[in-house]
Amino acid sequence: MSNPLVEVRDLAKTFDVSAPWLNRVVERKPRQFVHAVDGVSFAIQRGKTLALVGESGCGKSTVARLLVGLYGSSAGHVRFDGQDTSVVLKSADALKLRRRMQMIFQDPYASLNPRWRVSDIVAEPLREHGLLEGDEAIERRVGDLLQSVGLARADALKFPHQFSGGQRQRISIARALATQPEFLVCDEPTSALDVSVQAQVLNIMKDLQRRHGLTYLFISHNLAVVRHVADDVGVMYLGRLVEAAPKSELFARPRHPYTRMLLDAIPDIHMSGRARTPVQGEVPNPLNPPGGCSFHPRCPHANERCRGERPQQLTRNGIRIACHAVEEGRI
Amino acid sequence: MSAATGALTRFFDGDVWHSFRSTPVAIAAAVVAFALVFCALFAGWVAPHNPFDLATLELSDARLPPAWIDGGSAKYLLGTDDQGRDILSALMYGARISLLVGVASVLLSVVVGVGLGLLSGFAGGKTDAFIMRVCDVMLSFPSILIALLIDGVGRAMFPNAHDTLAFTVLVFAIALPGWVQYARTVRGSTLVERNKEYVQAARVTGVSSLRIMRRHVLPNVLGPVLVLATIQVATAILTEATLSFLGVGVPPTQPSLGTLIRVGNDFLFSGEWWITIFPGLMLVLIALSVNLLGDWLRDALNPRLR
Amino acid sequence: MSMTPLLEVRHLRVEFPSRRGTLLALDDISFSIAPGEVLGVVGESGAGKSLTGSAIIGLLDPPGRIAGGEILLAGQRIDNLPYEQMRAIRGRKIGAIFQDPLTSLNPLYTIGRQLIETIRTHLPVSDEQARARAIKLLQETGIPAAEQRIEQYPHQFSGGMRQRVVIALALAAEPQLIVADEPTTALDVSIQAQIISLIRRLCKEHGTAVMLVTHDMGVIAETCDRVAVMYAGRIVEVGPVADVIHRPSHPYTVGLMGSIPAMDEDRERLLQIDGAMPRLDAVPKGCAFNPRCPQVFERCRHERPDLIDAGPTRAACWLVTDGQRRAA
Repeated sequence: MSNPLVEVRDLAKTFDVSAPWLNRVVERKPRQFVHAVDGVSFAIQRGKTLALVGESGCGKSTVARLLVGLYGSSAGHVRFDGQDTSVVLKSADALKLRRRMQMIFQDPYASLNPRWRVSDIVAEPLREHGLLEGDEAIERRVGDLLQSVGLARADALKFPHQFSGGQRQRISIARALATQPEFLVCDEPTSALDVSVQAQVLNIMKDLQRRHGLTYLFISHNLAVVRHVADDVGVMYLGRLVEAAPKSELFARPRHPYTRMLLDAIPDIHMSGRARTPVQGEVPNPLNPPGGCSFHPRCPHANERCRGERPQQLTRNGIRIACHAVEEGRI
Repeated sequence: MSAATGALTRFFDGDVWHSFRSTPVAIAAAVVAFALVFCALFAGWVAPHNPFDLATLELSDARLPPAWIDGGSAKYLLGTDDQGRDILSALMYGARISLLVGVASVLLSVVVGVGLGLLSGFAGGKTDAFIMRVCDVMLSFPSILIALLIDGVGRAMFPNAHDTLAFTVLVFAIALPGWVQYARTVRGSTLVERNKEYVQAARVTGVSSLRIMRRHVLPNVLGPVLVLATIQVATAILTEATLSFLGVGVPPTQPSLGTLIRVGNDFLFSGEWWITIFPGLMLVLIALSVNLLGDWLRDALNPRLR
Repeated sequence: MSMTPLLEVRHLRVEFPSRRGTLLALDDISFSIAPGEVLGVVGESGAGKSLTGSAIIGLLDPPGRIAGGEILLAGQRIDNLPYEQMRAIRGRKIGAIFQDPLTSLNPLYTIGRQLIETIRTHLPVSDEQARARAIKLLQETGIPAAEQRIEQYPHQFSGGMRQRVVIALALAAEPQLIVADEPTTALDVSIQAQIISLIRRLCKEHGTAVMLVTHDMGVIAETCDRVAVMYAGRIVEVGPVADVIHRPSHPYTVGLMGSIPAMDEDRERLLQIDGAMPRLDAVPKGCAFNPRCPQVFERCRHERPDLIDAGPTRAACWLVTDGQRRAA
């Protein structure tokens, strides 16, 4: 197996959400931390798509931002093409690394500067990295990029508010592709779009991946979308990776109780009428996560060990899973 | 060139212009403000006399009432003061001074306030805390007192200062309390914009923080600044008038409206009311029209009210 | 079983006067809901589904206004009632559940107070009776320790819990109809499932009809008896849920179902409908879908079709004749 393009080992990020110093002293409150990402490891092969799924507070968006360097990690490391990103991003080669990875965001309305023309928005990475000389060359390339995502060359002169959500998302994709990156982190890129528009954008993303050999990290809470785009899937819960498997395995034979419940909970139009058990309880407050396995309050298979001991990640037949019940063979 | 015409067409197509056309108060205020500014700027050509050219003054024409009252003369439409200066012309020249000082001090406030607000919102942490504490301290002093203080110190330091220096000190004195509201507003807007995805996208691309502040965030936080600045021009003019009235404003050789009011005050009880009332009315007119324009602008730029 | 429908909407038109002219947001909408039935109204952004809900509750944002048609509740017209009478009906006969539980509850009052106030506004009961009823409602919506939590403030509840409180509020005065506008969109997937099954169970128990407005077809599939598909301010197809999903007649419905990624099969590409829904000021002549329709023909461009019987469903499409869809 060739070297993975992206490798993440024991990645962790803790946010300090304590009250301001004065309040803490006066009200005698302790410092408070949120372990948004709590020891996550995975690898993404070139040309493949890894999807991270989970509900709110699971840390998947934080992982995305850690990978592109928007946050610095509290522990663990991220390797891109063998190099440690946190080291490179502080060095003189930072710009070279940034050229190779880009990000697409969830909100199409906040992803584009409302005061800039589309041509300036898409050309910004080109200008920042000095990739092309002269306005003509830049203009031509912007036109090419817009066409590659299904927009017209003339759209370059317009402003973002003149476009619909789906079109804006396509402009974001065009901007992300400007530097011909190898790796694209997509943070819920279609969650804010209508279903038919989502279909257009997902199709474009798949086409582009095939054409340019792109590697994707795809963040989503929508398992049906994930099933459509991913090669491998990782399920996150409260900052931890509870299960990671190739897509077909995960959907055919989910092992972790949370994965099973998640799949069961989805209202699906083609499979309605099947008997389902809704998940019990809600995602706990990340400021005060349960001890041991963080899923144990909602898990029908929890025992004493689950309440006290955090499960380690095991690898079995290419599937990684962190669950005592699975390890003990109980389920 | 095409960018400018493009911007103009967009403006006239836009909601702001449409709102202007459908708000009679705004149109009236704009017309009045425009007329006043025009007269003030081109006082040399528009004013019937030059009240500060001693050669043209005729002492025999002193203390004439306005033209429509018995004893007045059509040559001096609003009457004359005790030196024979035409009140109407003095109004225009005085308005020029007032406007100059007002606009200059607001410009200074805006530049300093927006800059510090951007820095505060973007840098966060200790820088932010420090700047905000400075703002708090500044706000605990009444602005007039600060202006008086600076002016007094300035005069003490430069007792024989010529006019330009005096003006600079005055502008500075009015601008100093004023930058705080811009800093706070811009800081709030910056905090919001900083977390938006287009800023994050620029960071992922590798754009430096300074460039992001200048090219991405700044254009998006200027909206409320425009409204504040418009209203603050009126406040600045009034502050200058107050200072001049108190005798610590503009030098007496270039009287502003405030100076004229003060001078006229001495004659109020002798029945020569026009020497003080007309400058006062002019001041009110300027402040009112600018304030109304600012009010309209705030509503027009508010996306929720559209 | 023929009963007088609980809610009947006939030829409803809603317009928005704006400086660019009058925009027609809802164009001749007609549908009905039987007592105890759950009707889904599905469509993409801009189709007008939320507006329909607002028009029925009588909470259209000005300058929007009802420009034509009628809305009848239990045979009585409610679209032309003065404000006070509509206020009495709202809450007592029609309950509402909105998308964002954060803004649906007043953060300054305890949920107990909001519940009791609603109950006492519409029902002639005493304070103790109202309180007992409120606690019972909270228990029914699955809030644990209801007797203690009734004294708490909205911010002390999580998102899913808050939505349960909102459901309790909607049911407080025993309405005959509930209008739910995207009740689960802001919630996590696992909570969505809980809330959906809660709404369905409670409404069956209380015999309340529901008009469920959403863009999520999966939610519709799980909760509704019938569904109406909206496009550009019109209803393009209506019928029993299973038929609309699995045997749609209108090309837009076909495209919509095809573009939803499925959990049970792998497809290389999702079916995609080219173009986008027209803006309100640029609705095409004839059938609103004609520029994007893969099976468009001449008549579609000039004549607007009404809902025509197409077998199990009714579709507004000229492909439908004699109770079935013409082969393309």
